[in-house]
Amino acid sequence: MDSGLSDQETGKRRIPLALKILIAGGFGVGKTTLVGAVSEIRPLQTEEVLTDAGAGTDDLYGVEGKQTTTVAMDFGRITINEDLQVYLFGTPGQDRFWFLWDELAFGALGAVVLADTRRLADCFPSVDYFERRGIPFVVGVNCFDGAKRFGVEAVRSALDLDPDVPVVLCDARNRQSGKVVLVALVEHVAARRAERVAAT
Amino acid sequence: MRSDAPGHHHDWLDDDAGPVVRPYTMTGGRVEPSAGRFDLVAYVVAGPPYEDGDDDPQPPPEHRAIISLAQQPITVADLAADLNLPVGVVRVLLGDLLGNGRISMYDPPTSRQFPDDDILKAVVNGLRAL
Repeated sequence: MDSGLSDQETGKRRIPLALKILIAGGFGVGKTTLVGAVSEIRPLQTEEVLTDAGAGTDDLYGVEGKQTTTVAMDFGRITINEDLQVYLFGTPGQDRFWFLWDELAFGALGAVVLADTRRLADCFPSVDYFERRGIPFVVGVNCFDGAKRFGVEAVRSALDLDPDVPVVLCDARNRQSGKVVLVALVEHVAARRAERVAAT
Repeated sequence: MRSDAPGHHHDWLDDDAGPVVRPYTMTGGRVEPSAGRFDLVAYVVAGPPYEDGDDDPQPPPEHRAIISLAQQPITVADLAADLNLPVGVVRVLLGDLLGNGRISMYDPPTSRQFPDDDILKAVVNGLRAL
């Protein structure tokens, strides 16, 4: 819904289109590294009103009634052309910030779930989250130096993924590699859309 | 937590209030915007910049900063990063400016058919060309 000034007042300026992609995964898996590798990364402060999830975790002594906490997130912007921008949002890794995810996920094009094969279980919550909400996602297996490499099929099986969910080996530090993961996601979104159209 | 605009008398600052969390002092303690939802990737476009003397009382500096930054379309996320302010604070300020008719908001489309194949192809090509 557009609101506020009339067209005349805004000079009929063209409003670009912004697509939102989430970069999810466990704490320390390389989300910030990936966002920084493919876009100009900027910090975003989200001063949030605490829910019960954070109770007892933050020392709020003295600020009763103003229960807010600062959650720092990263985001990056990729300019496709003057009318089209892609925004990457790294999701906060800690469980107590789950309440931020729903807002981030609203209207998102899709998500990249970064996985570290040494701690594969860390990305289970992210996979569950996007599966339940029907948000398209790909799994990027971040191949850290010296990390034991598992094949794509081993990861797929361990995560119990649907057969159509792409699994891509990547290096989150590498721009080319990060681009490959993002392209895999957008192509996956397009393929899912084509299936849905075919089914109707 | 209040969503009504603060008056000249800060009646919300009584003995029981405790210290105000600092960034929210510029919103008068409000944590919810008075209008609008303000998705992180919604675009803000401002009307003409403030001119000296055309408002009484003078607009707060944060309002001026937003109007200045939003002379070209800018997203809520970029605004918050440029202003170095928490998103929650920026949303309250945007709600006030929307209420004053100083800005327009353009929320991203949310249709299931969106974005269409042409847009997705443009994104893939654009990413490959980075």
